[in-house]
Amino acid sequence: MIEVQGVSKRFGEVQVITDITATFQKGLVNQIIGKSGSGKSVLAKCIVGLYKPDEGRVLYDGRSFHELQLEEKRVIRQEIGMLFQSSALFDSMSVLDNVMFPLKMFARMSMAEMTDRARSCLERVNIVDKDKLFPSELSGGMQKRVGIARAIAMNPKYLFCDEPNSGLDPQTSILIDELILELTQEFNTTTIVITHDMNSVMGTGQNILFLHDGRNWWHGSREELLMSENQELNDFIFASDLMRQARKHMGN
Amino acid sequence: MDILFHIGRYFQLLGQVFSRPERLSLYAKRTVEEVDLLGVKSLGIVALLSVFMGAVITIQTASNIDAAWIPRYVVGFTARQSVILEFSPTIISLILAGKVGSSIAAEIGTMRVKEQIDALDIMGVNSAGYLILPKIIAAMLINPFLIVISMFLSIFGGWVVCVATGVVSPNEYISGLQWDFDPFTVTYALIKTVVFAFAITSVAAYHGYFTQGGALEVGRSSTTAVVFSSIVILIANYMLTQILLV
Repeated sequence: MIEVQGVSKRFGEVQVITDITATFQKGLVNQIIGKSGSGKSVLAKCIVGLYKPDEGRVLYDGRSFHELQLEEKRVIRQEIGMLFQSSALFDSMSVLDNVMFPLKMFARMSMAEMTDRARSCLERVNIVDKDKLFPSELSGGMQKRVGIARAIAMNPKYLFCDEPNSGLDPQTSILIDELILELTQEFNTTTIVITHDMNSVMGTGQNILFLHDGRNWWHGSREELLMSENQELNDFIFASDLMRQARKHMGN
Repeated sequence: MDILFHIGRYFQLLGQVFSRPERLSLYAKRTVEEVDLLGVKSLGIVALLSVFMGAVITIQTASNIDAAWIPRYVVGFTARQSVILEFSPTIISLILAGKVGSSIAAEIGTMRVKEQIDALDIMGVNSAGYLILPKIIAAMLINPFLIVISMFLSIFGGWVVCVATGVVSPNEYISGLQWDFDPFTVTYALIKTVVFAFAITSVAAYHGYFTQGGALEVGRSSTTAVVFSSIVILIANYMLTQILLV
């Protein structure tokens, strides 16, 4: 479980997020949603430790991340898997080497064991026979899958996905969402997905935090989301005609 | 104040770079790869520049010595001293600042804007150490070899000019090369080279590591890296000369 307690962050004169408190449950796909510029990514970067919050704290199963020593932080970081919006695969490494990288860095395994582990992670995300290819030779969807394989290579306790569907076609987006949901249940991870894709929210969101103007505007389940009377939340969710139709249908 | 901010951040980065590596064997492997990338792959340009540099120094020295009382072997002596003391260590390092420095800044800057450095940090890898330390060590190891090769090739270039044009006879040139040789000049040149190698890689890596934005900013970091590493080389050159030769 990850708890965010009163986290605020400002860059110069700009207050990006203000006093955010939320709990992200273990074994669930927790989603942070909101418009572009609402502070989703900054909150995520505060949670994973790329930014230090100006106020507040982030607890990983009770361990206050930003108050830990560097070595203790590294231990938590090895328990984190992250899928980036751009996949962030290392261009100079093959697919297999990308997935093996965290193992080579931290795992006490023989080369054969590492290769087996990396291959099994790739198989888990349905990437086969692409070991020797380089990231530039893969499609966007495949890059995301390899990113997920790398994220799960160390059996993470916490899985972060930053806009996993951006730049993907609807079908591939659904596959990626389903994969994230399956892995969350399989490994019992605390998963946090940052998204503004409503298909993803409706498909896999189990515990949803809506940010507006850098504040925790709404927090609840997918079912509660559809029935919410919160004006800003409704403006965000029902911005598309498709969602308005869906709500109409549900109302009927 | 801006410059003080950069100097402070540069030394903070160096602190991270020289902190304990997670897996020494991976760092060693990366250092070997960097020796190839930064050193061996620069050999062609270094060789080409050195031969022509030596040739030009020889012709210019010969054409500027008009007085009959100055012996012709002075051309060889001047060429040797110029090459060993200044041209090979400093000019070749400036060229390497352009070639290697821009490539380091562009490589690390691209990794930054493509979130690959964030990925390393989140995994718990000391990204600064993993990316920069092998480059610094590789350059400090391989650049002295490049500079020694450059010295030989420059002097060879001068000899070729003597043979080809007769501006000075090859025998006079060779006796000039041997005249009043002080081995400390080579030591001085190699000390400079190692310091310059550190400056090129660390300054370029600094600019790449703190790149923000996209492709345009990567290009800008690359250019700034070359400018600043060249300035650092020139300042270090003056200081080392003052300390070691005066």
